[in-house]
Amino acid sequence: MNWNNDLFFQALPFISKGIWITLSLTIVCYVFALIFGFVWTFLKRIPNKAINWVVTWTMEFIRSTPPLVQLYFIFYAWPEVPYVGMTLSPFTSAVIGLGIHFSTYISEVYRSGIESVDKGQWEASTALNFTTKQKWTKIILPQAIRPTIPMLGNYLIILFKEVPLAATIGVVGILHLAGDFGSQHFRNIEAYTVVALLFLLMSYPSALLVNKLEKKMNMKFDKKATNGSKTLNDSEGAVS
Amino acid sequence: MTLERVISINALIEIFPTLFQGVKITILVLLGSIVVGYFLAFIAGFCLLSNNIILRTLTRFYVEIFRGTSLIVQLFWLYYALPMLFNIDLGSNYLAGVLAISLNYGAYMSEVVRGSIVAVAQGQREAATALNMSRFQRMRLVIFPQAVRMMLPEFGNYLIQMVKATSLVSLIGMKDILYYGDRFRFSEISMTPIVLFLALVFYFIIALPLIFLTRKMEDISKKGVAS
Repeated sequence: MNWNNDLFFQALPFISKGIWITLSLTIVCYVFALIFGFVWTFLKRIPNKAINWVVTWTMEFIRSTPPLVQLYFIFYAWPEVPYVGMTLSPFTSAVIGLGIHFSTYISEVYRSGIESVDKGQWEASTALNFTTKQKWTKIILPQAIRPTIPMLGNYLIILFKEVPLAATIGVVGILHLAGDFGSQHFRNIEAYTVVALLFLLMSYPSALLVNKLEKKMNMKFDKKATNGSKTLNDSEGAVS
Repeated sequence: MTLERVISINALIEIFPTLFQGVKITILVLLGSIVVGYFLAFIAGFCLLSNNIILRTLTRFYVEIFRGTSLIVQLFWLYYALPMLFNIDLGSNYLAGVLAISLNYGAYMSEVVRGSIVAVAQGQREAATALNMSRFQRMRLVIFPQAVRMMLPEFGNYLIQMVKATSLVSLIGMKDILYYGDRFRFSEISMTPIVLFLALVFYFIIALPLIFLTRKMEDISKKGVAS
């Protein structure tokens, strides 16, 4: 056993400073993904076969390639792209990279939410002579959004666990600070243990909360909505 | 810098074989993680259902720890901390990488295993008991074959997740696709866009058969089941 208690308690406050960056990155990424998810959902509903095919495979491409490589692409390669390229800060790159990656998942959640609305509701709103806008805002969305809430909560937790990837492009979150601490003291055990602990302390209670929410929602709504096959799984998943 | 410089045939001829060198390591890590990961998933899944409370608690502990922290943290911990802490040298970064990925996904998939077994209708258990089957026979002949079908779509999804996870091993110094792609950044910076894009395409090509396999698995699990 080669454990140093003093170092552990030194590392704790040092690394905890990164929590704010990690949390704010999570939130900003999440908001970005929530908004961008709408764009995918919207694009996918365009009734044109060619566009649909392109959008579906673009999403599949983004979803099944590593977010780490996507981050590298945005941070290191984007400035080198002719005409449209520009240099982005590590934080912005992480927001765009992880945000776009997660938006493809979020969009599937939206899709499953919209599909969970009974066909009769569409027909009824047409029969009542609602305009398209009224149909969406008054009938479909109020019913589509609620069953997706637990799933969206899950993705927030999954995203939180993906955010340390941003340390590789230089975002000074907890993982990055742990690396710094480790190289200052030539010991990595305590620093990385602190990181693992911090993650566990934050993600485990929120996972319990989401589970509770999910059970509550399942009691209220038909289970149909949670059966989106392209979403990760209905308890929890990882996306690295 | 012009577009022609970035996307030229010469550049592609140079990049392609370089990136291709990394495919072997990526596939090896992937295969290792799949074998160990599924093995762990079934073991842990059954342990979660065990009647032995100690076994169940210990497994629950493992599952929650590995689901509650991120893979990259686990990887760094296994690679940097474990050897120091217990004086265990994992020997190679290959072992650390495979172990991290499979412990992580094993934990996630054990929940799939457990959930699917629990989801088999209670009547099946009762019928098997009525037919005088032993506990082992009941699981092997009646419950497990039905549960496996339910596991398939989720297992397929996790396969794709594992492909994505293999890219992390470049961070502990393994020479995978990303490692070779990243090297261009230091030698020929103007080529990074095309190199990293090609790296993404490489990963996508590895994932593509798994995407179709997952769709196939979804069809199999739906076939003949009243929903």
